[in-house]
Amino acid sequence: MTTQDETARAIRRHERVAATRRTIRRSVIFAAFLVILAMTYTGYKAVGQSIDDQQTNWPLVGALLPRTDDLTMPPISDIVAEFGQPPQRNSNKPLVAFIAEASLFTLREAALGFFFGMVFGLSIAVVLLRSVWIEKGVTPYLVASQTIPLVAIAPIIVIWGSTSLGWLPFEWTNWMSVALIAAYLTFFPVAMNGIKGLQSADPASMELMRSYAATRRQTLIKLQLPASVPYLFAAFKIAATAAIVGAIVGEISGGVKGGLGRLILDFASRYTTGPSRLYATVIGAAVLGILAVGLVVAAEYVVLARRREEPISL
Amino acid sequence: MSDAKQSAVAVSGVTKVFNPGKPNEVHALTDIDLSIDEGSFVSLIGPSGCGKSTLLRLIGALTHPTHGSVWVNDKSADEARLDRDYGMAFQTSGLFKWRTITENIELPLQLMGWSKSERKERAAEMLDLVKLSEFGDHYPRELSGGMRQRVAIARALSFRPSLLLMDEPFGALDEMTREHMQTELLDIWEKTGKTVVFVTHSIPEAVFLSQRVIVMSPRPGRIASDISIDLGHRLFETREAPLFFEKVTEVREALRFEEGSA
Repeated sequence: MTTQDETARAIRRHERVAATRRTIRRSVIFAAFLVILAMTYTGYKAVGQSIDDQQTNWPLVGALLPRTDDLTMPPISDIVAEFGQPPQRNSNKPLVAFIAEASLFTLREAALGFFFGMVFGLSIAVVLLRSVWIEKGVTPYLVASQTIPLVAIAPIIVIWGSTSLGWLPFEWTNWMSVALIAAYLTFFPVAMNGIKGLQSADPASMELMRSYAATRRQTLIKLQLPASVPYLFAAFKIAATAAIVGAIVGEISGGVKGGLGRLILDFASRYTTGPSRLYATVIGAAVLGILAVGLVVAAEYVVLARRREEPISL
Repeated sequence: MSDAKQSAVAVSGVTKVFNPGKPNEVHALTDIDLSIDEGSFVSLIGPSGCGKSTLLRLIGALTHPTHGSVWVNDKSADEARLDRDYGMAFQTSGLFKWRTITENIELPLQLMGWSKSERKERAAEMLDLVKLSEFGDHYPRELSGGMRQRVAIARALSFRPSLLLMDEPFGALDEMTREHMQTELLDIWEKTGKTVVFVTHSIPEAVFLSQRVIVMSPRPGRIASDISIDLGHRLFETREAPLFFEKVTEVREALRFEEGSA
């Protein structure tokens, strides 16, 4: 019996080692692809430039494919160097500090939006679970909600937030409206995967709960919700990136200052005087997105490892 | 009712039709009468499609008869279910993978409002009964198939239901584990005195375990024969005893006759 105990312990140890190895392998692959990406960018640019130098009229570059001049494709060295340059004349605060501050602002919106979206999405999933009719009747509207362009509803939400929420016990600020916009994008994958997850409970387990004369609520809490956890994490990964995108687009179309959206808008309007600033900021936004997904993956790993379960891959 | 032994289960005139009136209508059971004594061990056996699982599910109120009635402990099957008279075990153990073994056994107790200390005590007792005391803190996937089935049985018995309904609980196990589990189950049955209704498609399993084997025939499902068996206290040698073989043959003949006439 102790041997079996030891075997189980050995299995767990083996799984832990395997997980660490997986993480290392993944990081190496990620780094390798980053190098390949940079080399492709630089290589394409070099080829394009050399053709330009010889003044040949290659039909692809500049027509079908992007031009390779420094305005369209600033050299990677310029983009990297730009992080250390101050973007404003009257201050020597480097760009990376601006990006970091804006990222934090946007992350706050996205995090709150993610939380709202998660709660709302899960609530919808639980309601949809109650009957096939509700599920069939409501789902098309959920899908429709996602086809409305965000740029159209963002100003509405920002204006509504600043004019109609005076009754709240705290001051409603614009970044909270942006959080709502982010929530608008995040609730959908959570609701859709949530219903799938809640329905994924093993039929035998459902009958078991029936034989215990368990109430609907007990079945939900003890069986269906725990069974949906792997599905929910798959949705959270999509929702995390959607929250960042929603926050950035919400800032831009809602005219909200302080985040990455405004920074991107500013640098885009002054693109000709410094293209690498925009590139650097976009890279900053991408890093933020990766960070957000990374947080979800870490949480997933902790929760599922405790349950000795495999995650559902995206 | 004036008999010394009360009926734990009384099925009378039960017919079960799935999708009635539709093109895919199936007559699963026709005119079933069955009475099961309290404390007895009864097996339902037959080829697939004979309705043995459906009959078990009717007794357990997981589905309802089209005609006829099912009484359990002098109540309707649904009342018995709400009174938590049933402990169930299926071919898949149905353990919740996010709960430890102890937590799995405690699940029905938790739903029924037992206190934490009562639950803990009872779970320990049950683990002891199925000889898995060392595995309380493990998760289901760390256990073998046979061990998981033992946990499922422990969970089914934890809240002291009067009836144990089992649907091919050992169907997915290898032959050696299976025979071992049969001995364990009989041991538990003798200790607890529960009424057991056991669905299987293994003839030796039905004969070894049961006091009564109900042989069923398919399309439409009905009871073909009702064979009584008394092997006494079963030992390892019982499986090699002439009486055992005699009964195995009897059940096999009952099943073959049905095939021939179908």
